[in-house]
Amino acid sequence: MKCDIILAGVGGQGILSIATVLGYAAIESGLTLKQAEVHGMSQRGGAVQSHLRIADGVIHSDLVALGGADLVISVEPMEALRYLPWLGPEGWVVTNTTPFVNIPDYPQEDELSESLEALPRKVAIDADSIAREAGNPRGMNMAITGAASLFIDIPFDKMEAGVRAIFARKGEEVVNKNLAVLREGRRQAEVARG
Amino acid sequence: MKNEAKLLLGDEAIAQGALDAGISGFYAYPGTPSTEIMEYVQRSRQAAERDVHRAWSANEKTAVESALGMSYAGKRAMACMKHVGLNVAADPFINSAITGVNGGLIITVADDPSMHSSQNEQDSRFYGKFALLPMLEPSNQQEAYDMCRHGFDLSEAVKLPVLLRITTRLAHSRSGVKPRAALSELPLRLPEDMRQFVLLPAIARRRYRRLIELQPLLMQAAQESPFNFYEDGPDRSMGIVVCGLGINYVRESFPDGRPPHPLLKIGQYPIPVNQLARMADECGRILVVEEGMPFVEEALRGSLNRCVDVRGRMDGTLPPDGELTPNHVRVALGMNSRGGEPVPDIVRMRPPALCRGCSHADTYKALNEVVKNVYGDGHVFSDIGCYTLGALPPFEAVNSCVDMGASITMAKGAADAGMRPAIAVIGDSTFCHSGMTGLLDAVIENTPILVMILDNSATAMTGGQDSHAFGRLEKICMGLGVERDHLHLINPVPKNHNDFTALIRRELDYEGVSVIIPTRECIQTLKKRSRGKSTVSPAEKQGGRQ
Repeated sequence: MKCDIILAGVGGQGILSIATVLGYAAIESGLTLKQAEVHGMSQRGGAVQSHLRIADGVIHSDLVALGGADLVISVEPMEALRYLPWLGPEGWVVTNTTPFVNIPDYPQEDELSESLEALPRKVAIDADSIAREAGNPRGMNMAITGAASLFIDIPFDKMEAGVRAIFARKGEEVVNKNLAVLREGRRQAEVARG
Repeated sequence: MKNEAKLLLGDEAIAQGALDAGISGFYAYPGTPSTEIMEYVQRSRQAAERDVHRAWSANEKTAVESALGMSYAGKRAMACMKHVGLNVAADPFINSAITGVNGGLIITVADDPSMHSSQNEQDSRFYGKFALLPMLEPSNQQEAYDMCRHGFDLSEAVKLPVLLRITTRLAHSRSGVKPRAALSELPLRLPEDMRQFVLLPAIARRRYRRLIELQPLLMQAAQESPFNFYEDGPDRSMGIVVCGLGINYVRESFPDGRPPHPLLKIGQYPIPVNQLARMADECGRILVVEEGMPFVEEALRGSLNRCVDVRGRMDGTLPPDGELTPNHVRVALGMNSRGGEPVPDIVRMRPPALCRGCSHADTYKALNEVVKNVYGDGHVFSDIGCYTLGALPPFEAVNSCVDMGASITMAKGAADAGMRPAIAVIGDSTFCHSGMTGLLDAVIENTPILVMILDNSATAMTGGQDSHAFGRLEKICMGLGVERDHLHLINPVPKNHNDFTALIRRELDYEGVSVIIPTRECIQTLKKRSRGKSTVSPAEKQGGRQ
């Protein structure tokens, strides 16, 4: 098993929590992983990415090679496109469709959806709506985690265990809301993948 | 099946490695990519139980000196910093090689090739060579952990500090690390030679001679180090030298992780010459893959560049700057580098920006109104911190960012040259790091400058660590001799905007040193507190912190 992932978003959107859940699930499944994060200046509202590599054997490089990613997971639609050079020939893009607009020249909505539409293998879901409807507006990243879980060869119950682990100290209600968002994200991704 | 390894960042592996090696004190100033070493220690129950020293220092120089003092007292200590921090600490660093150590001393320096969060990409290995000190450079998180124990043992064996050099990618990448049983701390024990640390010329000459005489021993230690090894390979048309992370990219390029060429992996310096000589004798040419500047490559080429056919960063086989990537290394190995689809044209740059609700934004709004709109661009010197983002749109309010503290001293030099107005903008933590001495220079000459100390009560850019400045800025300025009439505190909230601009205008008319301290807590640390991640307000922390 090998899954090389680029996680993308804007500083502050919570991509490291996605990495934590996936990482937890991988370790619980007896897999090895390497995860390169971005800390420092870019976290102030800039474009951020994390390289997450999961395998059942030795992993050498901390970075995913250009053209080597099995998956680009993005919590923001324009940021998903930024990492296409990393995407492998059979790779999938899993992205949120809600834009995060903090720059004056953000692309027009139709240009953006056209570019996403043109991707051969993608799942684009409105993760913000999923989170809001579950009464958990901050849980957008867990909806994306659920969607991405469809493309990672790790049992889904390990993903759920990851969510329980990272939210445990915030109480049962928060855990359950995030689990609901995770499951709905996965369900919508199943529909979108076809 | 559960993995017994702990999932740690390279920085965290160093912290845990040092804790398990019986360290008694960490000393550091926050700086990307080194910050997470101290942050990990501050969260560690093990460190709390042993009461290991783990409070931030005012700057990297005070950190290295305090660590040296702990070593003097017989205990194991570590100072941690980013690469440019070693410039600040260069004086004690170089001289600690002459004094030597008593308890083991490791100076950990995190370099930032590609300048993810820095002003340059200097390679600290040149400092290690300059100081004639042994160096360690891990290639992965496990080595980062293991090298701490090895480093302390080495330091005590040769009675010298050891430089532990990492780079951003390892510092901020997480992987499984298998810890070992923890050692006890060392007892308090004075140096055997009471003159060892007295660098009067007569003693320093003797100590320096000792340092030179130790070099063959350091070479032997490197040649026998478990972190340096030679893997033979059948295809001797080329040999590969890898330093630090380079080995991972080389292994990644081959399906079984083993290149067909001989491979020399270097993790301990001085450069192990006998292994390098073997490669030069047996291989047609040598490719050097190192993270950072061409340190080994340059040594291998020599001034004449005639003896060996060397490839690397100096001949364009690898890019001359920036961090290594798997793709660079594939190309250097003569392989194809397959990329995916290009980035669509509609994707725009998204640079970092001041947060919504950031107090600096209100300060820049006021400053631009009084200065830029009246005197034009070019009058504001800035410094290192979040507020440096004021150089970017929408504010474009500042004209310099050079090194910690340089805002005040550059404003002074420009004022000395006749420039009016000359304004410095510096953060509270940066001011305590290196701004105070410059302000004293200006006070002594009553130089006409306006210094704005942006007090957000945190070292914000690196994640909101405590600032030494908290609650002390006014007293520090008065102590340095700033006149009471020209020292002002203001809360830069929008409703005070007119008062703020009037205050700046008034002080710009004064031909002497003025200090304005806009004070409002960082929006990020405020949010963290309201989410319950930290329950302690800056005011509560003031009495003393761990």
